[in-house]
Amino acid sequence: MAVFRDVMPAFDLLQPDSVAEATRLLDQNGAGAWIMAGGLDSFDWLKDRIKKPQVLVDLSGIGELKGIRVSSDGVEIGAMTTLTEIADHPAIQKNYSVLSDAVSVVASPQIRNQGTLGGNVSQDTRCWYYRGGWPCYRAGGNICYADTPVGRNREHAIFGADRCVAVHPSDSAPALIALDAKFVIRSAKGERTVDAEDYFIGPDVDITRLNILGPGDLLTAIRIPAAWSGAKFYFEKIRDRNVWDFPLMNVASAMEVNGGSISRIRIAASAVAPRPMRLRNVEDAVTGKPANASTGEMAGNLAVQGAVPLQFNGYKIPLMRNLVKRAIAGAPEAA
Amino acid sequence: MRLIQWVTDPWGQHVPAHIAWGLIWVAVIFAMLFMILHALYVAFVSGPRAFAKNTAPMAESDIPEHVPRHSLAARLFHWIMAASMLTLLVTAFLPKMGVRFNWVLYHWIAGVVLTISILFHVIHSSFFLDFWSIWPDRIDLRDAISRSLRFFGKRAPAPRRFAKYPLENKFYHLVIVIAGLAVIGTGLFMMKRIETPIFSRNPYLFSDMTWGLMYVLHGLAGVGLIALVIVHIYMGVRPEKLPITKSMIFGWMSRDFYLEEHDPERWVLDKRNADKPASSRGKRGYAPSDAD
Repeated sequence: MAVFRDVMPAFDLLQPDSVAEATRLLDQNGAGAWIMAGGLDSFDWLKDRIKKPQVLVDLSGIGELKGIRVSSDGVEIGAMTTLTEIADHPAIQKNYSVLSDAVSVVASPQIRNQGTLGGNVSQDTRCWYYRGGWPCYRAGGNICYADTPVGRNREHAIFGADRCVAVHPSDSAPALIALDAKFVIRSAKGERTVDAEDYFIGPDVDITRLNILGPGDLLTAIRIPAAWSGAKFYFEKIRDRNVWDFPLMNVASAMEVNGGSISRIRIAASAVAPRPMRLRNVEDAVTGKPANASTGEMAGNLAVQGAVPLQFNGYKIPLMRNLVKRAIAGAPEAA
Repeated sequence: MRLIQWVTDPWGQHVPAHIAWGLIWVAVIFAMLFMILHALYVAFVSGPRAFAKNTAPMAESDIPEHVPRHSLAARLFHWIMAASMLTLLVTAFLPKMGVRFNWVLYHWIAGVVLTISILFHVIHSSFFLDFWSIWPDRIDLRDAISRSLRFFGKRAPAPRRFAKYPLENKFYHLVIVIAGLAVIGTGLFMMKRIETPIFSRNPYLFSDMTWGLMYVLHGLAGVGLIALVIVHIYMGVRPEKLPITKSMIFGWMSRDFYLEEHDPERWVLDKRNADKPASSRGKRGYAPSDAD
């Protein structure tokens, strides 16, 4: 299949300077509009000439989408804030280190300088059959090329596959779910806020997208409540190349421990399912139990219940079991 | 508008992927137009119907007040099939209109229910009911020609009253059989493309071209069923058809409606209970098996 990697297809470039103007343009152009944040996902699609939008709405000129605002209620991060800014922000490093840990291992320093939080959570999947322009389910066809006896599916899903087995590639998403973040979405109809875990959708709901953003919707900010400020955090990302790669799996958790027992916890994993997955069964099982190796062992076993490995990704089951175990008991103790 | 969405597979072959989803609206518009034209025809064009005189072998007094038409099993089949068909249409086409939910799960479950109910119906109607009562016969066709000629002012003998089912019902059944078998046949194979407890997944069962044609046939039959179901519901709620609809709920139709619409010689009621006094046979009159 011929893939052109030089000249982008023609489109109208729109560069609004306010959220109001951006939502007006998105409303006006509907499904024909493509939103570009840092451009790292967008330029792949455009230069491969696989996505051919009529108009491209470049958000880089909208100041109100940038910056980190700290208050007593928590932190609000503009969707166009770069990953480097988040990784380096003192308040986030101090109170929400699971997020700074997560974004600091996204890709490479150059990409983190350009990539944004909104773009990181809204990026498309990296399944190469799909990215290569093959007519799979996600691309509007009627087959998943990865989920076949000979499909190359080492990086694909062990949970939640429904015709499509691609995974969500975001590193920041599980951290935001662990922090119980809220995503602020604007459109011509107004503003709405959704829980982080509800921002993402699987192929069972809509096979052509990874999040709830429809035509005309714009993610403007992510709010992190103060409820988990200073909790005991864990983030670990496993990838093939530590210098620059998408996750084979990552796990993030926020936990409060009182008197040696887990009083409350939120834990999520990415790159295991088509959407970042909150591990509610683990949360329920470990709450009230001591944060030790035994509980970690139990949590790890619980986390992988119901996993369905594909031909080449069976390794993800012990990997997930161990990461969850380390999230509960701590890496040094459980290693 | 293109009728079929084509894609290029990894081997460079141009293959069909599915129907163009705009056909959903074509089916809806077609059904709406049919309803409007039919309503106008009934209101302003069609005159009172003229039938040939009944030559019934059964005295009218022998016909019970409630003429049994559909047994409980037949009614249960109809409504289970209707529920599964509506579920299939809603789960298939609402997602194409932007309504997002876990549609595949509900779709294949409803498909399995439909398949089982159709299998039951085939066996039930073949061995326990009057199998041929729903298929057009020579009298139906001859009467249809007579009605057409008389509509255009030509001389033709008055048509006889209907057998158990009017010709329109028989044609509708024929079309729904074709569309239904097409969606069931293709749908069962398409279940091999997804993971279910029933089949192990094998997307390479057929070539890309065969799969594509199967998806197209499934889609065409599906949008056809949209129009068929809308028209069926419309007919079911029309005032002059309500006695037929009610018979699918309660199992019987009134003696007056039976004598007005049906030819007792063509739809012969079972006389097994006819000799019994009305008090002992009750309002239902005859055995339910005689009139399915």
